[in-house]
Amino acid sequence: MALLEVRNVESYYGPILAIRGVSIDVEEGTIVTLLGANGAGKTTVLKTISGALEPQKGTVAFDGDNVTALEPDNIASLGVGHVPEGREVFPFLSTEDNLKMGAFTRAAGDLEGDLDTVYGYFPQLREHRKLAAGFLSGGQQQMLAIGRALMLKPKVMLLDEPSLGLSPRLVQEIGDIVVRLNEEQNVTVLLVEQNAKMALGIASYGYIMESGRVVMEDTTERLAESTDVQEFYLGMKSGGARGRRRWKKRKTWR
Amino acid sequence: MDSISLATFIQLLVTGISHGCLYGLVALGFVLIYKATEMVNFAQGDIMMLGAFIAFTLASGLGFAYIPVVILTILFMAAFGIALESAVIRPMIGEPPFAVLMLTIGLGFVLRAVAGMIWGHDEKEFDTPYSIDPLLIGEVSLDYEQLVVVGVTILLCLGLWTFLRFTKFGVAIQAASQNQLAAAYVGIPVRRVVAITWALATAIAGVAALLVAPLQLIYPGIGFVVGIKAFVAAIVGGFGSLAGALIGGICIGLVEQFVGYMFEGAYGETSVYVLLLLMLFIRPQGLIATLQRKKV
Ligand SMILES: Nc1ncnc2c1ncn2[C@@H]1O[C@H](COP(=O)(O)OP(=O)(O)O)[C@@H](O)[C@H]1O
Ligand SMILES: [Mg+2]
Repeated sequence: MALLEVRNVESYYGPILAIRGVSIDVEEGTIVTLLGANGAGKTTVLKTISGALEPQKGTVAFDGDNVTALEPDNIASLGVGHVPEGREVFPFLSTEDNLKMGAFTRAAGDLEGDLDTVYGYFPQLREHRKLAAGFLSGGQQQMLAIGRALMLKPKVMLLDEPSLGLSPRLVQEIGDIVVRLNEEQNVTVLLVEQNAKMALGIASYGYIMESGRVVMEDTTERLAESTDVQEFYLGMKSGGARGRRRWKKRKTWR
Repeated sequence: MDSISLATFIQLLVTGISHGCLYGLVALGFVLIYKATEMVNFAQGDIMMLGAFIAFTLASGLGFAYIPVVILTILFMAAFGIALESAVIRPMIGEPPFAVLMLTIGLGFVLRAVAGMIWGHDEKEFDTPYSIDPLLIGEVSLDYEQLVVVGVTILLCLGLWTFLRFTKFGVAIQAASQNQLAAAYVGIPVRRVVAITWALATAIAGVAALLVAPLQLIYPGIGFVVGIKAFVAAIVGGFGSLAGALIGGICIGLVEQFVGYMFEGAYGETSVYVLLLLMLFIRPQGLIATLQRKKV
């Protein structure tokens, strides 16, 4: 049984249907990616997993337990660390207080040791630990959001477009850190991305969403070989005249 | 305009600061609730009025001694805050701000009417162990009631600051007020935090009630005017800032006293609203501009 199992979920914003029939498995110890264009429903899937949104249909199971109807704080305390889209740090709290809030659900424990672990991955955060998080750069805020989720000692980390708005070098850096967290801290990862290049590089399995549904799933190796993925997510042209006729081309999954 | 003697000046200063502290305390309630929920609770002054009647009933009706009255009033007010939040406010989550505003204005009317029904409209007196002859220093005569207001406000603000800054739950209240979704994602029980914030705000209104009751006669309308001035204090202070609320309150208390002395009584009252208009023209973000920063 997978660590995280999403089964046929359907979620709405008021009357608006955002995702439908979405099923995703994340095996313990793996990095799984969820790709899709803007508005495809990726964030909605993560919100549904975290309990910020209650699905109309379907179930979410974590570590063998049905967590579908739980509140977000309960789901977090089970070991689901959510790094939301757009960082969402606490802007007027210091960097260090942001990190300490990440450990809110845990009994006091070894807070200092855990802070050291996070600062080990992100030395820049140690430098700025007294600074209000709102004054950090975009890249630093992303690191802080990841560090904050790490303070929860999560079994699974949900990362929502961590590369958004970052330079290619920083994207690479974040990707490397995610791999290290997966290997060194045993964090299972569900990585949502529009930037397919980094995500396909570090994940072992991938899902592709479009218009609120999963339209394709496979190992990342095979996804990277698929012409549709190459064309629509990796920005490769199929070459020559065909490239120019791209607007006419129908994706095979339709 | 007459020149002003030093003794009068000091007396006006102390009276202004002590009234200002009261406005500031009620304003703290406005700001705490606003920061936690983005709701403006216009009934904050009338909640203070309720606290004053509870204290009066405990002391005069039930014959409790002063210290138990203080403790029981504060506990009652905290419980009232939690009950109010869960029964009336929480169901309004997601409604437009205007609806919430109308609700809290209506709540104020209800509280005044109910207080009138229970306790009547004649004025009540509330005495404390420190309701004694004023302290005389040279020609200056200072009421202990006013000095206690200032002292208690300082202690309460220090306590509140320490709680919000240094305790895990206090920092969580700040976190939830800055970003509710992120707070929920790190496992902060946002609903409970909001309920406790209400309890804090109404308990502080209870403290304000215990401080105002010996200064003034108690009647159902006592919270209305204080509430309006406290609202002005919150705006002058920048609405997002706890320190601003207190500073705004003290500014208003001082302006009111000095203008009232230099001209006639009625100008003192009016000056508060003139100050509000001036602030809105010159520095709409308030003295301490947190809201401006929040948008960044
Ligand atoms: N708060 C919201 N209210 C209404 N509709 C929303 C809201 N958030 C997202 N949507 C809609 O739900 C769909 C999926 O959005 P989202 O999950 O944010 O996509 P993605 O993360 O893949 O960009 C979109 O069509 C979007 O317009
Ligand atoms: Mg998204």
